[in-house]
Amino acid sequence: MTTTTTEPPEAPPPEPPSPMESAAGVGDSLARSLLVPALAVVAALVIGALIIALTDVTLVPQLFSDLGPTLAAMGREVLSAYRALFRGAVGSVYAISETLFATTPLLLASLGVALGFRAGLFNIGAQGQMLIGGMLAALLGIYLDLPGPIHIIVCILGGIVGGVVWGGIAGLLKARTGAHEVITTIMFNFVAIYLAQWLLTIPLFQEAGRNNPVSKPLQPSAVLSPLFGSTYRVTIGFLIAVAMVFVVHWLLFRSSFGFEFRAIGLNPEAGAYAGMGVVSSVVLAMGLAGGLAGMAGATQLMSLAPFKATVALPGSVGFDAITVALLGRSHPVGVLWASLLFGALKAGGREMQGAAQIPLDLVTVLQALIVIFIAAPALVKAIFRLRGEAERPAQLSKGWGS
Amino acid sequence: MALELRGITKRFPGVVANDDVSLSVAPGEVVALLGENGAGKSTLMNVLYGLYHPDEGTVAIDDEPIRLDSTRDAIAAGIGMVHQHFMLVPVFTVVENVVLGQEPTGPLGIIDWGEARKAVIEVSERYNLAVDPDAVIEDLPVGIQQRVEIIKVLNRNARFVVFDEPTAVLTPQEVREFFGIVRGLQADAKGIIFITHKLGEALEIADRIAVMRAGKNVGEVLPADTNAAELAEMMVGRPVELTVPKGAAEPGEPVLEVRDLVVLDDRNYRAVNGVTFEVRAGEIVGVAGVQGNGQTELVEAIMGLRPSAGGTVRLLGDDVTDFTPRQLHEHGVSHIPEDRQGSGLVLGYTVAENMILNSYYDRPYSRGIVMDWDATREAAERLVEQYDVRTPGIDVAVSTLSGGNQQKVIVAREFDRDVRLVVASQPTRGIDVGSIEYIHSRIVEQRDAGSAVLVVSSELDEVRALSDRIIVMYHGQIAGEFTPDADITDIGLAMLGSGQ
Amino acid sequence: MTATLEEKVEGEPTLTRRTKDDRRATIIGWVLLALGAVVFGVFAMGAPAGERATFGLSLPADRFKGLEWSFDARIVNIIIAVVLVLLGADRLRRTRLRWTNRILAVSLALFVVAFLAWAAAGSSFSMVGMLRSTVIAAVVITLGALTGLMCERAGIINIGIEGQLLTAAFVAVIMSSAFGTWAGVLGAMAASALLGLVMAWLAIRFRVDQIIVGVVINIFALGLTSFLASRVLSEAQDLNAPARVSSIRIPILADIPVIGPMFFDHTFFVYGMLLLAFGLQFALFRTRWGLRARSVGEHPRAADTLGINVWRIQYRNVILGGLIAGFGGAFLSISQVARFEENMTGGIGFIGLAAMIFGRWMPLGALAAGLVFGFSGALAQKVAILGTGIPSEFMLMVPYLATVIVVAGVIGRARPPAADGQPYIKE
Repeated sequence: MTTTTTEPPEAPPPEPPSPMESAAGVGDSLARSLLVPALAVVAALVIGALIIALTDVTLVPQLFSDLGPTLAAMGREVLSAYRALFRGAVGSVYAISETLFATTPLLLASLGVALGFRAGLFNIGAQGQMLIGGMLAALLGIYLDLPGPIHIIVCILGGIVGGVVWGGIAGLLKARTGAHEVITTIMFNFVAIYLAQWLLTIPLFQEAGRNNPVSKPLQPSAVLSPLFGSTYRVTIGFLIAVAMVFVVHWLLFRSSFGFEFRAIGLNPEAGAYAGMGVVSSVVLAMGLAGGLAGMAGATQLMSLAPFKATVALPGSVGFDAITVALLGRSHPVGVLWASLLFGALKAGGREMQGAAQIPLDLVTVLQALIVIFIAAPALVKAIFRLRGEAERPAQLSKGWGS
Repeated sequence: MALELRGITKRFPGVVANDDVSLSVAPGEVVALLGENGAGKSTLMNVLYGLYHPDEGTVAIDDEPIRLDSTRDAIAAGIGMVHQHFMLVPVFTVVENVVLGQEPTGPLGIIDWGEARKAVIEVSERYNLAVDPDAVIEDLPVGIQQRVEIIKVLNRNARFVVFDEPTAVLTPQEVREFFGIVRGLQADAKGIIFITHKLGEALEIADRIAVMRAGKNVGEVLPADTNAAELAEMMVGRPVELTVPKGAAEPGEPVLEVRDLVVLDDRNYRAVNGVTFEVRAGEIVGVAGVQGNGQTELVEAIMGLRPSAGGTVRLLGDDVTDFTPRQLHEHGVSHIPEDRQGSGLVLGYTVAENMILNSYYDRPYSRGIVMDWDATREAAERLVEQYDVRTPGIDVAVSTLSGGNQQKVIVAREFDRDVRLVVASQPTRGIDVGSIEYIHSRIVEQRDAGSAVLVVSSELDEVRALSDRIIVMYHGQIAGEFTPDADITDIGLAMLGSGQ
Repeated sequence: MTATLEEKVEGEPTLTRRTKDDRRATIIGWVLLALGAVVFGVFAMGAPAGERATFGLSLPADRFKGLEWSFDARIVNIIIAVVLVLLGADRLRRTRLRWTNRILAVSLALFVVAFLAWAAAGSSFSMVGMLRSTVIAAVVITLGALTGLMCERAGIINIGIEGQLLTAAFVAVIMSSAFGTWAGVLGAMAASALLGLVMAWLAIRFRVDQIIVGVVINIFALGLTSFLASRVLSEAQDLNAPARVSSIRIPILADIPVIGPMFFDHTFFVYGMLLLAFGLQFALFRTRWGLRARSVGEHPRAADTLGINVWRIQYRNVILGGLIAGFGGAFLSISQVARFEENMTGGIGFIGLAAMIFGRWMPLGALAAGLVFGFSGALAQKVAILGTGIPSEFMLMVPYLATVIVVAGVIGRARPPAADGQPYIKE
């Protein structure tokens, strides 16, 4: 009998990974596995540059009369935009704070989506799970009177519970009736929005004297404290999110739940034949995915002044989380890097909008392009004329036939 | 008017599936292409049907080389193929399936269904292939579905027809009818290639037998000049062991008792309809029958993978009806599933992970919810050694192993503990001869150690060689019970539902 | 031959456990009893005795004005309650299981009538006005559903309908502002078809997971249209000022009471939607194209062995689907309103997806689902106006919840094409 002691959840280092980890088809050599993502980012930035240049309504008409100087002007515009993007992402302490602030909910929600992917579940419902989690956290944050740290923990647990329930229902439907989680989670996103919209108009939630759906503010004790001091927006929520990277990693690769999730994700029928509770695993995995998203909703609520819940609480984080999980190849550590990248893009995008008058939405376009290039490695390789065996593209969802 | 394949070579990464293979068939001739699974027969036929491009060699009709870039070209050249897995759209009607791809149409591409039905009825009457043109495929029995496939081919005016393992899913009686159909086609001057791995059928139906082994031509013989033993040797390269060495069974107490079991299939039909039997400690009971007569559902119900709709299953006297697979596992039931890759293994997992696939949740492989990878590796190393699994290591994905070694991983996992009952479905399907012998001997070993063994196989030869007692299933019921030395025609009649 | 469950065969072993159809009938039986109780307790007894409800059945512009249906709300609702209870009790007997769904549909319709009678008791409201807005609300939903259906019948899952609609709405506004309505419609269709082509290319050529493709297309379309709206449209405002498409009143047909104002006094978008739904139903089941497309969605390998070019059919269908989405997107921005706003689709593409599933991958089913979902939207508005105290948010949830119920198989399972979402790989 060997002596592996029970490790505390936060402790195990991510490297070296367990020998079992390579099984899931993630582990090429590090350089190889970073090549495609890096090229995808470059390709997306190039296309983004073209978009910036070709949508300048004053410059484009001059292209025909005055080609050279116009092209130069376009180049300057692109350069100033990307410089602002970079500056806004990592150019100062404030920028870094903004990046980490944007990363926090994204990281949590993406970990949830990635966990789902590992268990063979395509969770498009992070958006709704965040919202429901946020609503429950808001309820606890508004009405409970507790000392600071405990209040925060209770609110985050509330967020988790909300997300677990919302995700778990989709998991339960999938496991019990075979209802495809892509469809149910999409539908539950909208149900969540209308549910929250209604809740925010009843006295229980609605701020006094308001006509629009906005909640009362949280108690000060339920607000997450800033990480770098009150001038900067990033809160200890970021540390919580990073801690969850280790928790999820441990769960996936060191626990028997993870063994089940991954087995069922790869071959649910073999899982059932081997006596795994496919029903309970699917519900659990979907619930945990929802719980992480719910946590994202709670931390977002508790980090973002004025600490009131609205229907817009999730922003686009729930959908961005899908792209982050794909970019991070559903590996907790990969997801950490990917969410930092997208957080940086988001923070930098605001600077780009402010300083260079390039709308923030460009960042959304860049994200979409990056993910497409990641999902179709052959496409990137064709663009950059790389050789090498064709990688198998990610096939995450099963069709909803059969 | 002969069809010829000349010097066909087809390579896949790591394998030469066809190595300079030649084959010909003349109108009105039946040529059997005989070979084991994996001998390259299907590859050759896919070349003929325009699905694969050969790396070398040509296909010619009447000495005229033809280009086969797609199935369209093959159809145009008058080549038709009846695939082993029928190429029928299950939710379409017979007519829709037959005319698909060459629909009689009016203006705007509107299909003339009257014309279409007429064509189907014409072919079915001419060749005596009775079938209801408006029936939906998924409601039809397999034998009738095969007729639809044949009508499909004939409706495209094929002059050469390839049958890929056409009898695998048929009852002995349906095989007789099928041979009648083949004779009819022959009389109509169709050239027929009949792919099979069953010696008897090749000897009976063919005018000429071509044998393939490991991607190469081994030889061509006339049925009159040869016999089963000689053909078998050509196929496998050495005399085959048709028997499993084992002593007489010493049955003890009943281990598995199944009473009046009713199981519904996915469409709510009674796939198992009141089945009663028992398996005793120290005996092997074989379940014979044509595929699709309820064997799969029977096993699924016993193993807790499909709810029963009536009746009981007892294990050593305890009622275990609708127990979960894990409960059964803990009661000492081992299961070798029918579909090795689909349900027996997680192909993306390593050999080691697959070794603990059903026991990972408890000591020594985990404590609480914490996996113990060291214990896992240790056990895996031992099992790989002990069960002769040929693998570069325990950390490679099990998908990289050969079929025989994959099956040994399952056998190792299932047999390495205190086993009371073994349920083995198609335990040797599609694996090499060496592995077959090995797995058979392991099963006999389990019996001799006092386990009850239930073997389900669609290979009657395997059931007869392995079992101490044989039960035959037909239409969800037990159609007869036999000793392994019973007359094969009696067993065949029972498989047809007309025994006793 | 083995017997189905409903045929009781003499001497067969008896079944000791219930089947799905039995359970479903039982569940629905209880649901109907509950609905009957609600209708009696709330809608019948909740309305003062003798109070009359009036449903307006014509619009001021109609040829036959002043048509209405006025009745005693309590009496009508008591009758409805009795019918619901009888139907529920009948389901609990678990016979004629095939009828369960039809009975459920009828019952739900009765329930809605009872609800409206209660809500309108003592006043009147324009029933035909609501039905007319139902049809208008159904346009984008149905067209979105038909888009999804075109793709999925050929085996390609499309959850990027939302993005296609949004892109089309954007292009329609610009082209229509610059060159007129028809340019707007054609431009929108071309743009949406182009997105379809990209989706098909990624899904077929690169075998990218089709759900991912859809998610990304949605994000891409949202980002790009918002980017262009704030960078270009805000600079060139005259490009965001299309002429609003006007109605075409169909002579004679538009004069039919109720039916006329509902269906025959609309913009060409409504007629286009109706023609498409009926036309596609015919094309899918009666033409060569339809047979081949369906075979590709069900069993691509079989189609391939018959010389049918699977990929070509998939490309074609996804592009055709894109054209339909383009038509729907144009309706949003140059007919319903006459300008583009950021994210103006607001999730309607997903209701379209829901309608495709609810309509069981049938064009006429999509139309019916579009009308049902459109009705729930129109009802939500009416409920807010009538001031019943019932939050309109719950009506707005109906399409999504109904779809979940359908995919969960509570009301009979919808069966998608067998090869839906699985990339076809030649051997």
